[in-house]
Amino acid sequence: MNILNLFVIIPVLTVVGIVLVKDYKGVRTTAAIGMSLQLITAAILAVSFFAQRKAGLDADFLFRSDLMWFKSLNIHYSVGVDSIAVWMICLTAVVVFAGIFASWEVQYLSKEFFISLILLATGVFGFFISLDLFTMFLFYELAVIPMYMLIGIWGSGPKEYSAMKLTLMLMGGSALLIVGLLGLYFHSASSGPVTFNLLELSKISFPIAMQRFFFPFLFVGFGILGALFPLHTWSPDGHSSAPTAVSMLHAGVLMKLGGYGALRVAMFLLPDAAREMSWIFLVLTTISVVYGAFGAIWQKDLKYINAYSSVSHCGLVLFALLMMNKTAINGAILQMISHGLMTALFFALIGMIYGRTHTRIVPEMGGLMNVIPFLGVAYVIAGLASLGLPGLSGFVAEMTVFVGAFEHTDTFRRVATIIATMSIVITAVYILRVVGQLLLGPVREKEYLEFPDARWYERLSIVALILPIAIIGLYPAFLSGTLADAITPIVERLTSLL
Amino acid sequence: MESNAIFLMRNELVLVGIALILLVAEIATKPDKKNGIITLAAVLFGLATAAGFIPATEGTLFGGSYVTNTMTVFMKNILNMGVFIVFLQSVTWLKKEENHGKISEYFILILSTLIGMNFMISSGDFLMMYVGLELATIPMAALAAFQKYSEKSAEAGIKLILTSALSSGILLYGLSFIYGTTGSIYFEDIVGKIGNNPMQTFGLVFFVSGMAFKISLVPFHLWTADVYEGAPVNITSYLSVVSKGAAAFTLMIILFKVFGPVTEIWQPLLYTLAVATMTVGNLFAMRQDNLKRFLAFSSIAQAGFILLGIMQGGELGMTTVVYFMLIYVFTNLAAFGVISAISEATGKENISDYASLYKTNPRLSLILLLSMFSLAGIPPVAGFFGKFFLFTSAGAKGYYILILIAVLNATISLYYYLRVVKAMLIDKSDTPIETIKTPWSMRISLLICVAGIFFIGFISAIYEYISSISFGIN
Repeated sequence: MNILNLFVIIPVLTVVGIVLVKDYKGVRTTAAIGMSLQLITAAILAVSFFAQRKAGLDADFLFRSDLMWFKSLNIHYSVGVDSIAVWMICLTAVVVFAGIFASWEVQYLSKEFFISLILLATGVFGFFISLDLFTMFLFYELAVIPMYMLIGIWGSGPKEYSAMKLTLMLMGGSALLIVGLLGLYFHSASSGPVTFNLLELSKISFPIAMQRFFFPFLFVGFGILGALFPLHTWSPDGHSSAPTAVSMLHAGVLMKLGGYGALRVAMFLLPDAAREMSWIFLVLTTISVVYGAFGAIWQKDLKYINAYSSVSHCGLVLFALLMMNKTAINGAILQMISHGLMTALFFALIGMIYGRTHTRIVPEMGGLMNVIPFLGVAYVIAGLASLGLPGLSGFVAEMTVFVGAFEHTDTFRRVATIIATMSIVITAVYILRVVGQLLLGPVREKEYLEFPDARWYERLSIVALILPIAIIGLYPAFLSGTLADAITPIVERLTSLL
Repeated sequence: MESNAIFLMRNELVLVGIALILLVAEIATKPDKKNGIITLAAVLFGLATAAGFIPATEGTLFGGSYVTNTMTVFMKNILNMGVFIVFLQSVTWLKKEENHGKISEYFILILSTLIGMNFMISSGDFLMMYVGLELATIPMAALAAFQKYSEKSAEAGIKLILTSALSSGILLYGLSFIYGTTGSIYFEDIVGKIGNNPMQTFGLVFFVSGMAFKISLVPFHLWTADVYEGAPVNITSYLSVVSKGAAAFTLMIILFKVFGPVTEIWQPLLYTLAVATMTVGNLFAMRQDNLKRFLAFSSIAQAGFILLGIMQGGELGMTTVVYFMLIYVFTNLAAFGVISAISEATGKENISDYASLYKTNPRLSLILLLSMFSLAGIPPVAGFFGKFFLFTSAGAKGYYILILIAVLNATISLYYYLRVVKAMLIDKSDTPIETIKTPWSMRISLLICVAGIFFIGFISAIYEYISSISFGIN
């Protein structure tokens, strides 16, 4: 059987298992077992994928399998992965794994919580393995809707407002996607039967008028999920109200669906329009990058800081994609993975700190490094990765992005790049300030002395996230070197008519 | 006519048979044994529903007045399933003291309307269609006014009968133009004589308006909310699912069969109606607190989506409409089932009363949750497939702006469907609805609905079957 099917089957079996067990301990153990298996499967997938590549299989997508679903509409269940998808699956598996352990203490309606969380993960996995745009869209929506309940029921603060805002904005995005997808579907009729298949669509060169009409739908539709300014406003509210694991998954993985979809569907399939309109979206993403960073400076709530920082970092992903050369797109993928890991780590740590101090307001805390050194050190590492310190993944990603962006010689792109690089400095401001106020200095309250340091499940969650951050930082070639086979065809199509 | 040709009408004949048996049973049973009629009706009707799936033959009767083919039989089967579920859901309500003397009336009235709907779907001329329409409408008013001592119910009855009379009048007026210009009431004769004649266009517009009343399209929807709210829950579910479905099927068939040559006239008409219906239905649904009114407006909005499929005018359009209706029957009846169960037990019908329902009635809440998601078109439940395919059929015509309006409306609709979810799962209440023990009949009906919601989407064979039997404009 195709290993990719396991990414749908394992979560479904886990959900069934969770339904059958009784108390919350059984529930979380089942979830942990299921998602550990998922992590192992992802590792096996990565290893065997690159083994096959080495053996000389050079098809664009490997592990293909195809099942006819709706025959008269030519809708298939069609799966396959290239190296980008493999790494995104690995990222998802790591973040979900860490997320399960970060929510180890959820007891209120724990069954429903873990089921929703795993449904969300199923949607994400399904999205990355799909080659048929119909199933891809189905999984995309499947990933969005459990969010409402996860934030609404287990969230904090103005959770109902945030949950509704997030759901409606993301669903609005998927509404735009439907229009775009149907446009692709019916215009594929020019060469044979109508199809949703990504590979067949990528062989067609669509007329430019059609591209101009549908590209904005697809790019903005995915862009909303990737926090494209000015449609990013769901992100700060949503992330700050969500429970820990949900923030992790959402910022870490779900927002990557936006970047991945924008690249794989919008830009790859409609390259001419992408080239023509890239300047509009470059302006918007440059604003995202800088505005997100400035937004983070003003915030006092740890989660808001990180949410705005995510807007900035995810903006950088779209920014890099729109630069449309190999280096920049390589950087965008690295940035997706790096940001996914590090923001998940941030949210995990914020959740753990909040669980102890019961506040997320930075000025109300201080000196935590003295009482919970493990969490403190992890927070510093996450912060340094975020501001792009060499040796951690953030540096590799941002460096590649900016080098790629600067390869363009025209003034417009150069200026945009220079403006975007400002975000590095601003990031340093808010990260270092938070580290200083939160962790260093004297212990602020007496009760802090009673705090236990990270428990075993918390350590497991943190280590699972820090390890890949460090590995990518120290030896990026194993990741960036493997991406070429996936990026080359995309860039070729994007630049073919220049 | 061969004597066995009469069996082409088997759906209608069986229904007439059941109605007669119930009439005899009503006379034969003693007053204290009336509850037995409920079981008898449910069993007989269940058998009839199952028998409907026996492969049917195509043919015409009465010189072309009555047409039957696999598609019409399938449509009738959808309606039958809907009615069967409604019957199961109304068992507890019928056993109440106040309804004691009216049990067989309820079944006979519903069966007569159903017979009328079957004739509408199978009609081959406008006379048959009109007779069917009236048979489907007049007993409906009696049903809406079923609780005759309740003011709201009586009001619902009178409102329904008055609007129906008005819409029938409009419809007939339109048809008189068609007859006047073509000299025939038979669909097959008319279709060759329909053209870009202003009188015929006039007739077409009046015909569509008359049907729009029945499907409650905006701006012909004003009766809907009041009638839905006033009528007993089970009648409301029957009205909003079966009656609406039958009218939509009839409109589609007649537009395809009779007005096929003038699609360029009725497509813009339906375009406008679709946009108005979706938007207005949605905007009003947002503000409702009473669940019956809420579902009334939600069903108006859903009717707007159905028009997207009808507009396509081909096999794809018919397939998606029938497929959507099939899903809609199970989805909406699941919602009505839960509402009916709670309303019977506690009398509460408002969204705000449903706070913390998940704590006390987890199963009922989950069913309502599923049906809300299905109505909103969220995967993996069937509603997603139904809606996506309707959008697809609009896309086949190149109506991308219409799709955009429709999908934005679908997003808006998510807001109010999530309000119900929010009430059940998130809102806290000191006095939640107590745990309800649902009777077996209700459980079976909800089980059927949930199975439908879960599986109709995934099992592509159902869609393929509908696709294989549907027809478009020649």
